[in-house]
Amino acid sequence: MSRKPKVAIHKFSSCDGCQLAFLNLGEDLLALSRQVEIVHFAEAGPVNEEIPVDIAFVEGSISTPADRPRIEKIRHNSRFLITMGACATSGGIQALRNMADTNAWIGAIYARPDFIDSLDDSTAIARHVKVDFELWGCPVNSQQILSCVCALLSGVLPVDQHDSLCQQCKQQGLACLMVSQGLACLGPVTRAGCGALCPSLGRGCYGCYGPAENPNGPALAQRFMQLGLSAEETRRRFLFINSAAPAFNETGLKLPDAKPQGER
Amino acid sequence: MSATSHSPVFLHHNDLQQLLQILQHDGYTCIGPQVRDGVIHYDHIDTVEQLPRGYGQHQQPGHYQLEPAGHDRYFAWANGPQALKPWLFSPREALWQCQAGEDKLAFEQVAAEDDPLAVFGVRACDIAALYLHDKHFLQQTHRDPGYRSRRQNLLLVAVNCSHPAETCFCASTGDGPEVHYGHDLVLSELSEGFIVQAHTEKGLSILARLPAETASQSRIAAAQASSRAAAEQQGRRLPSQDLQAALFANLDHPRWEDIARRCLSCGNCTSVCPTCFCHREFDEPSLDGQTSTHYRQWDSCFNQGHSYIHGITLRAETRLRYRQWLTHKLGSWHQQYGRSGCVGCGRCISWCPVGIDLTAEASLICTGSEA
Ligand code: SF4
Ligand code: SF4
Ligand code: SF4
Ligand code: SF4
Ligand code: SF4
Repeated sequence: MSRKPKVAIHKFSSCDGCQLAFLNLGEDLLALSRQVEIVHFAEAGPVNEEIPVDIAFVEGSISTPADRPRIEKIRHNSRFLITMGACATSGGIQALRNMADTNAWIGAIYARPDFIDSLDDSTAIARHVKVDFELWGCPVNSQQILSCVCALLSGVLPVDQHDSLCQQCKQQGLACLMVSQGLACLGPVTRAGCGALCPSLGRGCYGCYGPAENPNGPALAQRFMQLGLSAEETRRRFLFINSAAPAFNETGLKLPDAKPQGER
Repeated sequence: MSATSHSPVFLHHNDLQQLLQILQHDGYTCIGPQVRDGVIHYDHIDTVEQLPRGYGQHQQPGHYQLEPAGHDRYFAWANGPQALKPWLFSPREALWQCQAGEDKLAFEQVAAEDDPLAVFGVRACDIAALYLHDKHFLQQTHRDPGYRSRRQNLLLVAVNCSHPAETCFCASTGDGPEVHYGHDLVLSELSEGFIVQAHTEKGLSILARLPAETASQSRIAAAQASSRAAAEQQGRRLPSQDLQAALFANLDHPRWEDIARRCLSCGNCTSVCPTCFCHREFDEPSLDGQTSTHYRQWDSCFNQGHSYIHGITLRAETRLRYRQWLTHKLGSWHQQYGRSGCVGCGRCISWCPVGIDLTAEASLICTGSEA
C-alpha cells in the first residue's frame, strides 16, 4: 500500500467509553499508528472532522437535530463506516427515552428546558446512513477493534461474532449460572464478543453486546419468570442497554409495564 | 491394550493420596474433579484434598445443584458440565502460523501441548465419548496431530458410577455406569475405600506400587451390587440404541416446531456434550500484516455459520437446527461412526438453560409418547 489508510474516530451521543477501547490498546496503539494514520480522534488529540478517510469509527447515537447532517457528511467522507458500541449500533441506554415522554423528562430535570435541543428518540446510526460493519458492546473491547482493523488492512471482511454468548461462556470453562445458581442471564440471546465477562464474575449477562443472530427472547423471558423474576423485572432485563435493538425491544414490550410512563 | 487379569485390590480411603503421588512421580500432570463455582469441574490437582469429597448433587432438566452427601465418599456424584472433552479437544487451539517472507509465505505447524496427562475420576460415559472422538480425530489418513499427541500421553483413572444423576441414562445407551474399557485403572468406591483394578500394563505397574491388599469377596460383591443399583436407579432412557430410521421417517413431525418455540438456540447442549466435535477454523492476522495464526474453535449446529454455504444459510430456523442436532446425534452418527453419538451422560438435559430433555423429545418423535 503506497499510503497509510486514514482513520477517523467520531463521537455522537455517548459516554466516550468505546473510544477508550482505542486508548486501552496500549502498545498496540503504537503498532496501529504505524499501519494507519489516525487523522481525527478528538479524545486523544487530532481534530479534523471533515477530512475524507478510509475507515470511520462512529461512537454514539443520533439524538439531536444537529447529529443528522453530521452523520451524513461523515458517511460521504468515509470509505468504510463502522459503528462502535451499543449507542451507535442500537441507540444505546439513552434509547430508553424512546419509550417515555422526552419533553416531560426534560421539563422535570433541567432548570432551563429551552436550552435543550434533543430529538424525541435516540437511534442507531444505521437508521440514518449505510453502515458497513457493526461492533457491538457497551463498551466494545480493544480486541474487537484490532480484529476489525486487521481484517480490513488484510483486505478481508471482518468476522461478525453473532453466535450466542453461551458458547463463549462454555469455551471459557464456566458453569452456567442459570442452571447451577438460578440466576437470570441474557447470554442465550446475546451475541458473543465480551468473552463472557459477567458470567466469569458470577453475574448474569445483561445483554450489552446486543441480540445474537437467532435469539428466542420470549422463551428466555418465560424462563426468567420461572426463576422468580416478575414480569416487570423481566421486561427491564430486555429493555436496558440495547432496548431499541428489535429482538430485545419486541420481547420487552410484550411484557407488562408496572410503572406509568416518564416515571422511574 | 490387552485386558490384564489380576485379582482386584482394596485401597483404603487414607491411601488415595499415594495413587496421586505415584502418578506425579511417573511424570504425569494430574487432572481431577474439584468444586468450583458450585459445580464439579476438572482441573489440575496436587492433592486428594482437592477432590469433592462428601459432595452429592441434584440434577434435573435445566438444574444442577451440589449438596452435602451425608458421608465422606470421594466420588458420590455424577458428572458435572465438563470432564474430559476440553483436555483433548481444546475449545480453541492454534493449528498453524503463516509468516510473510521476502517473496514467499512460510507455513509452520503450531506444536501441540503434549504433557502426559493423568485424569482422575473419569466416568464410563466419558470414556465412551472419548472413543467416539478417537474415531473422529484419528481416522486413518486424517489424524489430528494435536489430538493424537494428547491422546497418546493420556492415562485414565476411571471410577464406576455409584450415584447417577436423575438426568443420567448411560445404562440405556449401553455405555455405563460401569467402566469396561479404555481406562488404565478403575476404582469402585465403598464406604471405607476402593476396589482397584488395572486394565493396562501401565495400570498394573501403578497398582503394584500401591499400599493395597487383595480385595475380599464381600467387598467385590458390594462393588458389583453398587454398579447394578446405579444402573437400575436410572429413570431416563432412549427408546432404542439406533433411532436412525425412526428419526429420518419423522422429519416433518410437528414436535420439531414445538421444540423450536422453547429452544434458545444457545448451543449449551452441544458445548457440554462430550461427543460433539464440530468446530470452525479462522485466521487472525497480526497488526503488522506479517504473520497470521490459524485457529480451531468449538462450533455448534445451533449457529448460523454451521449451515452457511456461500450466500445461503441452509438451517436458518431453530426447528432445523434442533432437528440437525438430534438427527445427527442419534441418527446419522450410525452411518458416520457405527453407533449413536449419545453416550447417555445427560449433560445436555441438565445444562440446557430451559431444560429441554432429548430423551423425552426423541421418544415423542420416534414412538409418539414420552419415555
Ligand atoms: S451463564 Fe449465561 S452465558 Fe453462560 S451458559 Fe449460562 S446462560 Fe449462557
Ligand atoms: S456478559 Fe453480557 S453484559 Fe456482561 S459484558 Fe458481556 S455482553 Fe455485556
Ligand atoms: S447427547 Fe446429551 S446425553 Fe447424549 S452424550 Fe451428548 S450431552 Fe450426553
Ligand atoms: S451417565 Fe452413567 S457413567 Fe455418566 S455420570 Fe451418569 S451414571 Fe456415570
Ligand atoms: S436445546 Fe437447550 S441447550 Fe440446546 S440450544 Fe436449545 S435451549 Fe440451548
